[in-house]
Amino acid sequence: MAKVHVTTTINGEPAEFLCEPDKSMLDVLRNTLGLTGTKEGCGTGDCGACSITVDGRLVCACLMLAAEAEGHEIGTIEGMARGEALHPLQQKFLEMAALQCGICTPGVLIAAKSLLEKNPDPTETEVRFGLAGNLCRCTGYDKIVRAVLETAAEMRETAQ
Amino acid sequence: MTDIRYLAPRSLEEAVSAFAAAQGAARILAGGTDLLVQMRNGVVKPGLIVDIKKIAEMTEIAETPEGGFRIGAAISGATLAEHPRFGKAWPGVLEAINLIGSKQVQGRASPGGNLCNGSPAGDSVPAMIAAGAVVTVQGPNGRRQMPVEAVPAGPGRTHLAPGEIVVSFTLPPRPAGSGDAYLRMIPRTEMDIAVVGCGVSLTLQGGTVTAARVGLGAVAPTVLLVEDAARALIGSRLEEEALEAAAAACRAACRPINDKRGTIAYRIKVAGVLLKRTAAIAAQRAGGN
Ligand SMILES: Cc1cc2nc3c(=O)[nH]c(=O)nc-3n(C[C@H](O)[C@H](O)[C@H](O)COP(=O)(O)OP(=O)(O)OC[C@H]3O[C@@H](n4cnc5c(N)ncnc54)[C@H](O)[C@@H]3O)c2cc1C
Ligand code: FES
Ligand code: FES
Repeated sequence: MAKVHVTTTINGEPAEFLCEPDKSMLDVLRNTLGLTGTKEGCGTGDCGACSITVDGRLVCACLMLAAEAEGHEIGTIEGMARGEALHPLQQKFLEMAALQCGICTPGVLIAAKSLLEKNPDPTETEVRFGLAGNLCRCTGYDKIVRAVLETAAEMRETAQ
Repeated sequence: MTDIRYLAPRSLEEAVSAFAAAQGAARILAGGTDLLVQMRNGVVKPGLIVDIKKIAEMTEIAETPEGGFRIGAAISGATLAEHPRFGKAWPGVLEAINLIGSKQVQGRASPGGNLCNGSPAGDSVPAMIAAGAVVTVQGPNGRRQMPVEAVPAGPGRTHLAPGEIVVSFTLPPRPAGSGDAYLRMIPRTEMDIAVVGCGVSLTLQGGTVTAARVGLGAVAPTVLLVEDAARALIGSRLEEEALEAAAAACRAACRPINDKRGTIAYRIKVAGVLLKRTAAIAAQRAGGN
């Protein structure tokens, strides 16, 4: 099978890879590039564990071909912390125990970050709808939603 | 394993000729939120994938000289939602498109994909039909236009000719006093497939309906234009009898299936209820315009 050569940007760094034309972005991130922070839950767009951003827009990596990354900017969970400094959402999730097994967590964090970038002061309902594409089997959504609301409040204060 | 190729042409001509040359072995890729799921399930095994998102016209939003809108078929719901004027002119079409899936799905899912996937439950289709949207299609024999309701042929099937690509949706200019709305009934509050979907577009002058269109989804093998429902509304002041007559027309148009989401009787009943609720929202919006 003829492979596609893809030149892209991942978490701000230039990246290149070869992939089969029908390989998903998720597959290439995890198995070709070793970026295993992005998780696979369903592979069909339902669970959000594979959430990434493409040119700043939230998408499911399982519903995107890796070949489509050509010329675009990909953002994954590996780009969320700045070195050892966690993103406020990551910090708050730890403090408020908004995770258990952690499989859904990278996707939830990416989706929550995207939500707060567009809406720094969401209501609880807006957070619940905003994260409706992220399924969690163990934590229960309450802790997640509260951690996002709490982070939003803190980030608004810091921004002032 | 069969060979598979990926192409992302920059021109429509290139896309059409590659698509047509592959003779049915090719698939168009817009947002991929249906196609990639079908490929993963093994339902679809394309020999060629033609990604249309690098073609400028396919992802543009343009305001037509007549005062309408032309939206590229491959535009994502999230992008359309950010347009400063589209959602003001066509709030019902926008809400229907934005109901498709989660935020993640919205980042990719397109109205063209929703229509061409051919699901009777596609959420944007009843709203587009109510809006009187016309699609521009390009194929090996050039361009043609067809009303949205002429595209679906049955579950998973369309009336597009081999090699044809839906390029854009053109929505007509909005006279003063117009409003549209879309409502769907789902068992959950988010992330589900419509049991019934209803799109209504109205124009009112001095409280009287001068123009109406009704689209109904998930109650027949294709999304339906319900002309009898529109006729019942036109000329009325949306009195209870007129609304009941329109609801009855919607119920009469239903040819639904029984499935785990809803029985035949339930879908038929809900179709009438949704017509009334959707018309009320469209009328309220028309009053504000
Ligand atoms: C988790 C999840 C939730 C969903 N929820 C909903 C929902 O609530 N409501 C709903 O209606 N749908 C829903 N869907 C289905 C899907 O997201 C929509 O149908 C979407 O609009 C498809 O658009 P797309 O751009 O991703 O299409 P694609 O997957 O790219 O294409 C779909 C089909 O149409 C063809 N096609 C695409 N564009 C064109 C074109 N311009 N010309 C010719 N052929 C074309 C493709 O070849 C393919 O066969 C959901 C899907 C997922 C994964
Ligand atoms: S793995 Fe992509 S949404 Fe579940
Ligand atoms: S923490 Fe286990 S799935 Fe969410």
